Amino acid sequence: MKFINNTTVIGALDPDLVSRLVTNRRGLFTKAAWSLGALASAPMILAAASNEVFAQSLPQQIVDTLNFALTLEHIEDAFYRSALDKDFIPHEHKAVFQHIGLHEAAHVAFLSGALGAAAVKRPEADFTAGGKYADVFSNFDTFLTLSQTFEDLGVAAYKGQAGNLIENDDILTAALQIHSVEARHAAQVRRIGGKKAWDGAFDEPKTKEEVLAAAQPFLKV
Amino acid sequence: MQTQKHDFGESLARSRRHVLQWTGGAVAALALFGGSLPNFGISQALAADLGEGDIGILNYAYALEQLEAAFYTKVIESPYGDMSDDEKQILTDIRDHEVEHRDFLKGALADKAIPDLEVDFSAVDFASRHSVLETARTFEDLGVAAYNGAGKLLESGDYLLQAGRIVSVEARHAAAIRDLLQPGTVAFAGPEVVDMNGLDGALEPAKVLAAADPFIVTPVTTSSIK
Repeated sequence: MKFINNTTVIGALDPDLVSRLVTNRRGLFTKAAWSLGALASAPMILAAASNEVFAQSLPQQIVDTLNFALTLEHIEDAFYRSALDKDFIPHEHKAVFQHIGLHEAAHVAFLSGALGAAAVKRPEADFTAGGKYADVFSNFDTFLTLSQTFEDLGVAAYKGQAGNLIENDDILTAALQIHSVEARHAAQVRRIGGKKAWDGAFDEPKTKEEVLAAAQPFLKV
Repeated sequence: MQTQKHDFGESLARSRRHVLQWTGGAVAALALFGGSLPNFGISQALAADLGEGDIGILNYAYALEQLEAAFYTKVIESPYGDMSDDEKQILTDIRDHEVEHRDFLKGALADKAIPDLEVDFSAVDFASRHSVLETARTFEDLGVAAYNGAGKLLESGDYLLQAGRIVSVEARHAAAIRDLLQPGTVAFAGPEVVDMNGLDGALEPAKVLAAADPFIVTPVTTSSIK
């Protein structure tokens, strides 16, 4: 395992610090370990440094795929941080969305760490989709709709990309480990919305083009 | 669906990699001979040799899906007393999904499929909500970690995709079952299954089979020692 390491980035931070970072407005995680330098423990920096070298040796197809995943994780991370900054999520559901947000921030940090200097920048997001979801961060139902959209989209996206990672066992495994976490999120969000946790016995993949088309309304051009 | 099944089966012949590398001889001792046996599978415990390469991995998945399908079939046949309508719907859906997964893999493996496994649920109290849901949680989390760990062992991108179509549904099951046990909490993706990097479990086949061992009577073997 070259980069799957509990001491990397978020794993080395204490939980209180993590939750403060996650609920902060600005993207402290965008540059992964480097932006955390002042907070980082020695093992973290070492891990990040080795990640940097690791990313440089990755084939372009894997870099592209990880950056695609990172873009989606950035969207999810920004979505939950924006939501948790407001005060509209019902108390009984708050812990769930804080927990999901923590995972998305961890995914951003993890993928950023793996990509090092090759990591894409955080995209500018517009979660109202040009006004279509104007009350996304004040109306819990609207928020739930988008949360489910992003989680189910994430599941379909990772599934569709797995084949592009097949040559690298460590990265493929990590991607699968994220994939099933997104599915757990999707299930919980759906059930909070009074829906079934699933659509059937099989989840279907989406191509990169399909995923980007679905995400496009939420990205500022 | 029909087309996918066809492609899935056709590329079986292409798989080569030897994956289940267990030491200690041709037969891994995974048999546990329980007492009273339910009416699942065959009465005579034939050994189930998983085979090699991608076939071995698919048979491994098929074995787990057989186990899950048999479990939820029993759960719905003899529901615990305080099963709510919501729980019954969830458990019935999960049963249907596991049966579909089992039959899908069996169809894909065709004549390379292992025989029906004989299962042993004597450790489960089907009259107890807690016992049933705890067992369900164990099976679902184990299934997720099993598929996550097996992905890298597959040579075929087709199989990887098919496994992916199944594993995220298992993760949805796991989340729902966990939420039934601890409603409204973070248990659906709690720290005992998702680590600080936001990663779910991934287990090697030998560890998964060892965990499933108490529930499977039929000796599950692999001759693929390399």
